[in-house]
Amino acid sequence: MNVLMTGVGGQGIILASDMLSEVMMRYGYDVKKSEIHGMAQRGGSVMSHVRFSEQVASPLIPLKGCDILLSFEELETARYVPYLKDDAQVIINRFRLAPPSVISGARQYPDIIPFIQERTQRIHLVDGSSIAEEMGNPRGVNIILLGTLSTLLEPDEALWIDCINTMLKEKIRPMNIEGFKKGRQVQIH
Amino acid sequence: MKKMLSGNEAIARGAYEAGVSFASAYPGTPSTEVLETIAREYPRVYAEWSPNEKVALEVAAGASYAGVRSIAVMKHVGVNVAADPLMTLPYTLIRGGLVLVSADDPELFSSQNEQDNRHYARFAKIPMLEPATSQEAKDFMVEAIRMSEQFETPVLLRTTTRISHSMGIVELGDVADQRTPSVERHPAEWVMLPANARVRHPLIEDRIRALRDYSNTSALNRVEMADTSLGIISSGVAYQYAREAFPKASFLKLGMPYPLPDELIRDFAAKVDELWIVEELDGFMEEQIRAMGIACHGKDGLPLCGELNPDIVRQAITGEAVHSPVQHALPGRPPSMCPGCPHRGLLWALKKNKCFIAGDIGCYTLGFLPPLDAIDTTLCMGAGINHAHGMSKVFGPGKEKIAAVIGDSTFFHSGITGLANLAYNRGAAVIVILDNRTTAMTGSQNHPGTGITIRGEQTTSLDLEQLVRALGITWVRTIDPYDVKKTRKDINEAVASEGPAVIISKAPCVLLKSRTVSGRRLSVETETCTGCKACIGIGCPAIEFKDEKAYINGMCVGCGVCADLCGPGAIGGAE
Repeated sequence: MNVLMTGVGGQGIILASDMLSEVMMRYGYDVKKSEIHGMAQRGGSVMSHVRFSEQVASPLIPLKGCDILLSFEELETARYVPYLKDDAQVIINRFRLAPPSVISGARQYPDIIPFIQERTQRIHLVDGSSIAEEMGNPRGVNIILLGTLSTLLEPDEALWIDCINTMLKEKIRPMNIEGFKKGRQVQIH
Repeated sequence: MKKMLSGNEAIARGAYEAGVSFASAYPGTPSTEVLETIAREYPRVYAEWSPNEKVALEVAAGASYAGVRSIAVMKHVGVNVAADPLMTLPYTLIRGGLVLVSADDPELFSSQNEQDNRHYARFAKIPMLEPATSQEAKDFMVEAIRMSEQFETPVLLRTTTRISHSMGIVELGDVADQRTPSVERHPAEWVMLPANARVRHPLIEDRIRALRDYSNTSALNRVEMADTSLGIISSGVAYQYAREAFPKASFLKLGMPYPLPDELIRDFAAKVDELWIVEELDGFMEEQIRAMGIACHGKDGLPLCGELNPDIVRQAITGEAVHSPVQHALPGRPPSMCPGCPHRGLLWALKKNKCFIAGDIGCYTLGFLPPLDAIDTTLCMGAGINHAHGMSKVFGPGKEKIAAVIGDSTFFHSGITGLANLAYNRGAAVIVILDNRTTAMTGSQNHPGTGITIRGEQTTSLDLEQLVRALGITWVRTIDPYDVKKTRKDINEAVASEGPAVIISKAPCVLLKSRTVSGRRLSVETETCTGCKACIGIGCPAIEFKDEKAYINGMCVGCGVCADLCGPGAIGGAE
């Protein structure tokens, strides 16, 4: 199983992919995860590859190899369409962050849904950012989206909660567990 | 016990398990997390940020001479800085195990070149290990320390971005005791003047032959025989790509790619019909294997540039083109300086004052991007000051406005000697030290100017202005880069001084808690905005332009630079 997480530097993608990896390791799979840190992080496009199965060789998901794309930002979903398998599941957080050429007025923010529909119809729009705002924790969008993603995967809720408890500091656990559960309630089937 | 660890975290764990006592580094992507992990997780290991990689390697060598195990960690181009000690260290007696970790960056995710540091192993005549998983990253560090002590040589542990920054499952091992330091004197082995070094050189040649024998029998190099119609020799992450592309092929998987196990390779080559050498970047192994008279494929099909992946390897070996789906032309999202970054106003002011701006390595390099277009050169750490001096010398004083920008951490790394040269040789360039109180680009590491060590202890803080004056620069001014109008005047005065001038642009990185911006979002009065786009010219991600008007989005932290530039005075107040 290949899960690709995409978005913009600073959205909490690395922590979300760390948690997915930890859960899948504890569930019993071999897991590999790969992403880029450093210069690319500064407001740039970010993606994290998470792969789990009996045995994983390459840490990178091949083109047309992604089973689930979890995207934190709309435009960043479209950028990784070449990775999608036919009929891949795509979870898109309804959130737009204008890139520099749109900010300067040189280009329009594109409607990305048709680009994704060329590869798959299994597209789920999720109001992760709005839910996070309502909860008073705008930075918690990653855990909400992880909650939604978790409904497509084998491990049960208890294992996820257990990993949140071991990976996060005590002070921020309750808020993150609440966010995770809110994300799980989002209907995407 | 099993843990998910990145390659860098696994290297740190390996150092801990191997009984390493001393670890030094200068931050650089993709190597930075090794020392950060040691500092955070393994308190019994002494850790330090050195001001540059040459220092890092030399202090680690000092610790080894004192008998304890030590490591020095750096990115690939950092090894260039450390190359001077690296070339002679192998001549000297290694007491405590000494490992140099080089993290290379194929594809240049965060680097100025994609040099292949495997050549350094051959160049310095030292053994090299190359892990292909996080588990191996840990295990090979333990093995590298052991090998270093057995053969009394420095060992190169080489990773790439995809090993350093990928996570995998690691089975943790037992932790060895550290060694007790002691003073010994070995002048014939440690004083490298010609008479001694001449005696030491043949020992290096003997040692590398002994290491070749070791490589032939070591479990680090593994034969995986399967279908013999295709045989692949590979190492590092390239092995994983080839394994995924050809699960049924036979493999010679090399954990020790230098010195190459010649007998093992000959034996493997004889057993397979077609032999491919799969490696990223240069044909490092392939050239040596061809020199052994073995027919093989490699860079006749595989690219010399960029990363590999399973698709590229499959395509090269089978000749079948990969049919990748159509990619639409989407607006790009390059990295950019953060909203409120103190570099933005300063670079804008230099550009507005029509300066040629020699750049350096750091976040400010991103000032190269439009609309700022404010960086005219970037070569390597510390080069900007020297570019500016060389250029301004050619023109003579008062002819052209030649400036250089360099961050505080980069200045301590390799800018000080350039500035001493500028003063000594009576240069006329204007040097701006962008003093944001941290090593920002690699994720905020401390340095000799911050007054804090890698473990958060208080220490001495280097006073930039005093240092610059001590180097012989008389025109020195510390400025606030958020005051762009004043900054422009200061730049003009520095240029008019017609001698070497240094501006210290002092404001903490906006990602630090000590930042001086208000954090309160500004807004645009739409009726007053004339749509002149002056504010758009600074390239701040918090300012958007829609329907011929500027708008400030939620990323604004209230630095006020745009408000200063707004002719009609449409930008103001916190929301």
